[in-house]
Amino acid sequence: MSTFGIVRDVVAGQLGRNPGDFQSDTDLTEAGFESLDVIETLFAIEEKFGIAINYNANEGLAGSSMTVGDLVRMVDAELEKKRQTGQ
Amino acid sequence: MTDRAVKRVAITGVGMVSAAGHDVASSWEAVRDGVTAIRALHGIARQDYVSCRIAAQVADFDPASHFPARRLSALDRFSQFAVVAAREAFAQSGLERDSQDVREAACIVGVGVGGIGTLDDSYYRLYGEDTMRMHPLTVPRLMFNAAPSQVTIDLGIKGMSYAVGSACASGTHAIGQAFLMVRSGAVKVAVAGGSEACITAGTIAGWEALRVLSSDTCRPFSKNRNGLVLGEGAAMLVLEDFDHATARGATILAEVIGFGGNADAGDLTSPDETSIAAAMSLALRDAGLDPGQVGYINAHGTGTAINDQTEARAIRQVFGEAPPPVSSSKGVLGHCLGAAGAMEAVVTVMALARQVVPPTANCTEPDEALGIDMVPDGPREAHLGAAMSNSFAFGGLNAVLIFGKV
Repeated sequence: MSTFGIVRDVVAGQLGRNPGDFQSDTDLTEAGFESLDVIETLFAIEEKFGIAINYNANEGLAGSSMTVGDLVRMVDAELEKKRQTGQ
Repeated sequence: MTDRAVKRVAITGVGMVSAAGHDVASSWEAVRDGVTAIRALHGIARQDYVSCRIAAQVADFDPASHFPARRLSALDRFSQFAVVAAREAFAQSGLERDSQDVREAACIVGVGVGGIGTLDDSYYRLYGEDTMRMHPLTVPRLMFNAAPSQVTIDLGIKGMSYAVGSACASGTHAIGQAFLMVRSGAVKVAVAGGSEACITAGTIAGWEALRVLSSDTCRPFSKNRNGLVLGEGAAMLVLEDFDHATARGATILAEVIGFGGNADAGDLTSPDETSIAAAMSLALRDAGLDPGQVGYINAHGTGTAINDQTEARAIRQVFGEAPPPVSSSKGVLGHCLGAAGAMEAVVTVMALARQVVPPTANCTEPDEALGIDMVPDGPREAHLGAAMSNSFAFGGLNAVLIFGKV
């Protein structure tokens, strides 16, 4: 499955919704994410991919948005780093 | 029957152990001068398990200089801090150890995570090293009520005593509870505060997972703030029936005049503007004060993006568009969880006693959009009649104290 497919499933699972409801440009806050949903989702994604995503909740200031596609880009960047370092 | 008339509540002693020093004088001096005590993380077991490299740790604290070896084996670090801070407060109060006043006193201590160092070490031995043996005092060391228990043993207190748990508001709730007990006439003396020794690899890893820790330092109310920094320590206060304190000729540092608190009943970790504004209003009502009579607010001010923004809005909601000076002590002392409210209560008492508004340390880029005067430039002399101290806990439990000048 693609990174997008896995991330979409995790996001949908977090909200108890159908994965088909989510596109790359789906805004997580608009979809119903609250403060703890973001960090729980990041944790689940890290576990699935065996990566660590460098994300500080203070950088996502209140009111700023994050999409499913943003998550996919974070994962792909970490996967690329992992590939390059061979870890 | 006990005399139930409402009593005034004096503060006749304060004690503190913090990253800035092992007593009130050195801790207050650092807060007043805005000198941060946040330093490189050092000397904890399994430090390599965490990526966070900073904390406000109590440095050079030698337990053996405070406790005999036989007693020390029962004392987790959080109990050691509580007892040392309580001894300082008690000594300042001038109360006699074996007096009836002290035997009948209450002791209430706010605790956030309790004996987490003992827990971390014990579980590492058990599960990490497959050691099938636990130290026999593991449970009495780590129990939440170890801090108040050890303070009662140390000072000979035999009145109603217990621990209070409300995460980052624990110390404030504990002082508030003690205030209500003295005000009601239920006790003449109460020793109250908060204690925490949470700088362990396991605790830091948990906070890292919440993704709210700063990677360099704590900058409350600054545009470049990027999270909180964990700290440790304790603060204790002696609260006393005002007339009783006056009659025995005690020095009264300040008065506790108001206590308010509530629950957000909403998000687990994000503060609620309306709710924390209501907590401040409840404390003002309890004190019988108008907002304009408060000359200084010691903020919860964690240095996270959302806390500082929400707290500033709530302060403006209660105090209007020109609120009194607001500062956070966490740039100096770190966030000491269950001890934070008590340490900041002592800071607020010292501000009143010395008539000085302490600054917000590390506020290098004041966030003007917050609409508050966060005292970024250093201490200010002031004429303070009353001052407020805010604490807003994870779990949405809020507590606010108001102190008055004597």
